[in-house]
Amino acid sequence: MTNSFLWYTTRGAGAVTLLLLSCVVVLGILSTRRVQGRAWPRFLTNGLHRNLALMTLVFLALHVVTAVVDPFTNLGWAAALIPFSSYYRTFWLGLGVISFELLLAIVLTSLVRGFLGHRAWRLIHWMTYASWPVAVIHGLGAGTDTWSAWMLAISAACVAGVGVAIAVRVTASSTDPLAVERMIFRAAVGRREAR
Amino acid sequence: MTRLLDSPPSLGALPHVTAEFISVIDRAALVGRGGAAFPTAVKWRAVAQRSRGNAVVVVNGAEGEPKSLKDRLLMTTRPHLILDGAVIAARVLRAHRVILYLGERHDAARAAMHNALTQRSEPECRVVSVAAAPARYVAGAEGAAIHFLNAGVATPTTIPPFAFEKGVSGAPTLVQNVETLARIALIARGMPADSVLVTLAGGVARPGVFELPTGTTIGEAVRRAGGMPETPRAILVGGYFGSWMRPEEAMPLPLDHRAHLGCGVIGVLPSSRCPVCETAGIMRYLASESSAQCGPCFFGLRALADACTRIAEAASDGHDINRLQRWAADVAGRGACKHPDGAVKFLSSALEVFATEFAHHSHAMRLIA
Amino acid sequence: MKERVSLVVDRIRCDGRGVCAELLPELIRLDDWGYPILTPGPVPDQLLALARRAVDDCPVMALAMRQSYRRQ
Repeated sequence: MTNSFLWYTTRGAGAVTLLLLSCVVVLGILSTRRVQGRAWPRFLTNGLHRNLALMTLVFLALHVVTAVVDPFTNLGWAAALIPFSSYYRTFWLGLGVISFELLLAIVLTSLVRGFLGHRAWRLIHWMTYASWPVAVIHGLGAGTDTWSAWMLAISAACVAGVGVAIAVRVTASSTDPLAVERMIFRAAVGRREAR
Repeated sequence: MTRLLDSPPSLGALPHVTAEFISVIDRAALVGRGGAAFPTAVKWRAVAQRSRGNAVVVVNGAEGEPKSLKDRLLMTTRPHLILDGAVIAARVLRAHRVILYLGERHDAARAAMHNALTQRSEPECRVVSVAAAPARYVAGAEGAAIHFLNAGVATPTTIPPFAFEKGVSGAPTLVQNVETLARIALIARGMPADSVLVTLAGGVARPGVFELPTGTTIGEAVRRAGGMPETPRAILVGGYFGSWMRPEEAMPLPLDHRAHLGCGVIGVLPSSRCPVCETAGIMRYLASESSAQCGPCFFGLRALADACTRIAEAASDGHDINRLQRWAADVAGRGACKHPDGAVKFLSSALEVFATEFAHHSHAMRLIA
Repeated sequence: MKERVSLVVDRIRCDGRGVCAELLPELIRLDDWGYPILTPGPVPDQLLALARRAVDDCPVMALAMRQSYRRQ
């Protein structure tokens, strides 16, 4: 294996990881919106979300491994696991490590969420909203192709896609038909100050 | 011969009780007076078996049923009987906490219970806390009461876990109606406690609370309330979670908590009132009292109430009775608590007893306004 | 004793997402408001795998399998 092969793989896998991760985030948000169509059953959103998340981990592993074993980079395994411990682009690589570890936690807890319980699982899953932007910034700062046309296009598409999805999530009203009524009732039967 | 309402305000020192007392309750065949008529001894045994000195006794004086007055009356006039029962429960179940869960709007009852509490000398009474039960229908249910005490919100919860396993602060908990506890106070002193406390409402001359001997028929209860000025169309036995009955069926029935009495409300519907309108009104109330946690209950009861209202206003398209039957079958048993079940049971009895009126309203042409 | 599993739904947690009814229409149908109506009784053997998938895929973990033992 030549050095440049590993180097290209690292960069390529990194781009694919970003693309996949962005799709995963968008699908996750679509799931909360209860998106459904004649050719798009609801279980498809969930199923695709999970499968693409696993694929993301595969490409992420490829990205990390090729970066570490590449003799050109002089990165040890420690650099891949301990944030901000590399000499090369310390800050930007560190962000990548953080994003990777958050993602690992999210996926692993999802695999055992039956044991974890719904509330704990949900809490950890919210870290997605930290993992994705950190991954984007890592890509922009640590990447060597950042200003090439194709990478710019990919990054822009990912940010635009996820940006729109997050905007919808934040602004649109809840799709749970009972959300408002439940809140009203809870307020009516909540503990009040002693009279 | 009334046991509760005519007893002396205070019966003196508490008798000594041990775990054996549960067998005494068992022999007395006491059942809960909060509406579910669950055998009291079974409930106590379940808590006693799990209590490690950490059990909690919740005195349920929420009385969420709108027409029921008996719990309020007992709390106002015989608070010491209720507190006796609570202390006895605390001792037998080895509880370390007693909580009074009293309806927030029952001012006289709350004042009387507070006052009685200050007059007590038992060590258990020094650590009694008082909570204000929200004035909603489901707030008096066991699960809702426990949830309120744990989390500050009186919404029903999924069961299991049962109260006797994991209730207030995760401890084995007894939630007992105030009338049941008052009867415990009598039973513990070897006094007979077999009587029935009912609230008569609607088309009777003297509506109110009456204490009657066990075995009294509904007809006799109605006579005690001064009889009915008008011919009755039907009798609602057991309050809003009870059943409508034809007068000729209801009158000879002996009052029985396990069979039909529920929370003890007996409502007489005079012939001059429209039974479909009455039913629709009560269904609208029950629908509005859904805690909106389960879709089938919230949407189902609302759909049922809307359909009843359409029929009552002669605005039905003729298919509403079919819808009522279909939705009733869909909704029953599909909530986390018994609220939808009670409403469906009430509606089913109305559809049966008032079949003629429902059919008539359903097909009535809407005349020019 | 034969081990049987049946499906149960946490009615409070369920908010009518409908994924379960898509995956297991043989045992789960939706009422007029989008909430699941479960066919009572044990899950037939040939549907066990699908039932497990439905349980896993519920977005709010409202569906569960419960074991019940048939008494002799």
